[in-house]
Amino acid sequence: MRRTDCLEALARHVTDADIVLPVYSTAFDWIDIRPHPLNYLSHGAMGLASSHALGLALGRPDKRVIVIDGDGSLLMNLGSLVTIGAAAPPNLFHFVCENGTYEANGGHPIPGRDKVDFAGLARASGYRVVYDFSDLGVFEKQIGAVLSETGPVFADLKISTGGPQERDYSRLHGPHVRKAFRDALAAS
Amino acid sequence: MPSAGTAIREAFLDGASIIREIKASRIEFVVSVPDITTSEGLLRPLAQGTDPRLIRVCKEDEGVGICAGLSYCRRRALLLIQQTGLFDSINAIRGVAVEYGLPICMMVGLLEKEPGVPPRQSKRYGVRIVEPVLEAMGVTYHEIEAEADVEKIAPAIDTAYAEMRPVVLLIGRRPS
Repeated sequence: MRRTDCLEALARHVTDADIVLPVYSTAFDWIDIRPHPLNYLSHGAMGLASSHALGLALGRPDKRVIVIDGDGSLLMNLGSLVTIGAAAPPNLFHFVCENGTYEANGGHPIPGRDKVDFAGLARASGYRVVYDFSDLGVFEKQIGAVLSETGPVFADLKISTGGPQERDYSRLHGPHVRKAFRDALAAS
Repeated sequence: MPSAGTAIREAFLDGASIIREIKASRIEFVVSVPDITTSEGLLRPLAQGTDPRLIRVCKEDEGVGICAGLSYCRRRALLLIQQTGLFDSINAIRGVAVEYGLPICMMVGLLEKEPGVPPRQSKRYGVRIVEPVLEAMGVTYHEIEAEADVEKIAPAIDTAYAEMRPVVLLIGRRPS
């Protein structure tokens, strides 16, 4: 699957009330596809987006919190799967875009590429529902149902490596981005 | 920036007093990896209650992210860890707490610190370097060594949230 096709399918089911945390390469695609002040873009580095998502899910149980992780990012914070499984927030939806590479850092392969089973890890960590998608048509048909589940929900998206991107990191880490999110969340 | 602890040779630290201060600070979540200094006096009693809610994490930098997310929701949180976990989380604290300007409040047990000895004068390298590292990062800290220091906790947390910056509360002896 192409990442942008998956994100476009997902965006069709994301509402104005949802919080979305896209990571690295996915973030640059996502903010073009679905620009919105409730995109949470400043989660530092080293795979912490899923942890930020857990904080948001605990802090705002009235909202769906959707994290769109990378496989390399998730490997840096694998323990968060166990933490999320234990905390069991019903409003947390954890997608991982699995392309087997550190795409934002030169395209080098992740450890365990083609061996690691992200869906299996999530299932063993206590996620309530786990999906594994490798066919866009199936994903498009099921994404609505996925987002209607009681969480924590995990979905592994098998994607191809993305194309070249213009990566202006101020679009993710600039203070204006965080202020826009903070203001939007307070008003929402 | 630093706030020295009260040096009382026979000093003790009451865990119940610290927990009262945590609650007085309107902390709703305690996020923790167990730390031997605070295990019995703080973490165990906190685990027996429901307010604040305890979130157990696998690694301390997860906690920085969780507390960050909660801060955007205007929910107060405290990260209860050991200085080894603080060191392991330096990049998260650097990026998320300091550079983003978020009120990440950390209560840090000082493993192997000698009671009554200021951290900088500890014989333990892993204790001696804590305050210089925090100063290099520009992170405010307070020593909580004796009962008289406990009253620093709530104002320190209030200030962190008011000024949107991290704070570290260094627990220098095992609370009873």
